[in-house]
Amino acid sequence: MVGEGILKGLAETARNFFGSYVDGERLTTVQFPEQRLAPIEATRDFPFLVYDGEDWHAGMRCVACQICEKECPPKCIYIEKSADKKPDAMGKAQFYPAKFDIDISVCMSCQICVEVCPFEAIKMDTEFELSTDDRFGGLLLHKDKLAKSNEHYHRIHPTEAAAVDAGLAAERMAAEARTKAAAEAKAAADTKAAEAKTAAASMQASGGGTQ
Amino acid sequence: MIDAAQTADQIFVLAKQWVLGYSPAALRPLLSAVLSVVPVLIAFPLLFAITTVLERKGLGRIQNRYGPNRAGPFGFFQPIADGIKSLTKEDIIPSSADHAVHLLAPVVLVVAAFLTYAVLPIGRGMVIANLNAGVLFFFAVGTLVELAVFMAGWSSHSKYSLLGAMRAVAQMISYEIPLVLASVVAIMAAGSLSPVGIVAAQAGYSGILPHWFVFTPWGFAGFILFLVAATAESNRSPFDLPEGESEIIAGYYIEYSGFKFALFFLGEYLGMFASSAMAITLFLGGWSAPLSFLTWVPSYVWFFLKLLAMIAGFIWIRGTLPRLRMDQLMGLAWKFMLPMALLNIVAAAVWKFIPSPPVRWAVCAAILIFPCVVLSRGLRRAKKLQVRSYQFAE
Repeated sequence: MVGEGILKGLAETARNFFGSYVDGERLTTVQFPEQRLAPIEATRDFPFLVYDGEDWHAGMRCVACQICEKECPPKCIYIEKSADKKPDAMGKAQFYPAKFDIDISVCMSCQICVEVCPFEAIKMDTEFELSTDDRFGGLLLHKDKLAKSNEHYHRIHPTEAAAVDAGLAAERMAAEARTKAAAEAKAAADTKAAEAKTAAASMQASGGGTQ
Repeated sequence: MIDAAQTADQIFVLAKQWVLGYSPAALRPLLSAVLSVVPVLIAFPLLFAITTVLERKGLGRIQNRYGPNRAGPFGFFQPIADGIKSLTKEDIIPSSADHAVHLLAPVVLVVAAFLTYAVLPIGRGMVIANLNAGVLFFFAVGTLVELAVFMAGWSSHSKYSLLGAMRAVAQMISYEIPLVLASVVAIMAAGSLSPVGIVAAQAGYSGILPHWFVFTPWGFAGFILFLVAATAESNRSPFDLPEGESEIIAGYYIEYSGFKFALFFLGEYLGMFASSAMAITLFLGGWSAPLSFLTWVPSYVWFFLKLLAMIAGFIWIRGTLPRLRMDQLMGLAWKFMLPMALLNIVAAAVWKFIPSPPVRWAVCAAILIFPCVVLSRGLRRAKKLQVRSYQFAE
């Protein structure tokens, strides 16, 4: 008969209505600003620039190679290379970005900049409360705002950051070993050259003596 | 004690008399009209504001959500926030719209919705205009809503609004017939077209139970038919095809924004309250108390309690049923409700001519239940109410 299904449906909605007052399990809503769910580790939204140590300017890993700027599909990154050089995290003199802007209103969170960066300098952030009343200036982030410490990176993506750090350490070790080997080789070559020189000199001297 | 109850019951009437007593005789008719109309113009929009928040909270609970709970205590200041928002929003008129009609449509809707309140008895002796053809006036003015809806749809110069308006007009005209036919039984039983007369006809009590028309087979069937038709008339779910968001975005008021949109919203809810109030007047004994020992409670309290109960029912229905399809909508009106409403009139007439209560209960119930079962089974077998085969979509 017409209406049986309607009565069943009405009973079901009534059960939900009263049940939601009795049984807290039914209400799955999280009351957001006060209650927050722990973020998932793979969460990402916009990129940030990683720096090592205390001073963000001194420790910034970015060397202004501009690969990310070229690869960015929506072209939301804007970089100006510095005229001078400063020592980077490894102590080597490098260029640094005089200007590094990301327009997060254009960014599509694709993570391609992170994929292409050879210096592990740009990573994805999880900060999402970025609303502003200035829709142009407020959403164009400059490098002082983009720079975030390696500790922050460890906090938001622990596994990934640990892997990155291990990779960087291995690289640094390899580089050190390389320089050490090079130095040793050079020293060995130097001593050999010196020995050869002295031998030649003595030979010349003795030869001269015999002549 | 009885005096105090009577004073409480008649307090608004007495207050009006008191004010009129101090005014000059020449001004009295005008002042009397103003004093009757203004409380209605305040009370029902206020009820609208309360209903919006209750509806959103109720629907939320039905879906196991909280609903609005931020603005003020328990979210009850939400209507104020909504009102400020709709007042400060930009009022956009499409450049190709018919400006005059576009502006007039929401006004006509709200005016038509308010006009119907003129004949509704809110309490004992509390009716703005005691017309002796009040029910007729109610339905006649109620049809103005269709005009307003079509004005809105046509003047917006948008295909969505025109489609919405066409749906709305088709639906409202179709459901007007079962709506009026369902109310005919109450008019027959009371022998009066005046809402005040119909309430008076349901005033007595046998034992503690009232003589409401809903407690008879034809009254119950009429009440259900009236409710279904009134839901369709006020474009509420499951009959909200004219504004079906998933199909035609917002239907006839798609091109309205800001305060005009708020007026449409107000008009729609006022229409729902008016239909509920008419259902209360026709079948639920108007402002009379549900049990004989509760008559000391003021009559307008009972009226508003019944109205709130009806509104809760409408919200419950809205939270339960999905939207119908156009052919299901039309099929329900013409193939099920119209024959049932006509049979209901026969049942009411039979009831009047059989004196013995058990016999007339049995006869009337048989007249209604048997065709209802046969009709619904037949319609289901013909698969006109449930399944439809599509020519191209399968």
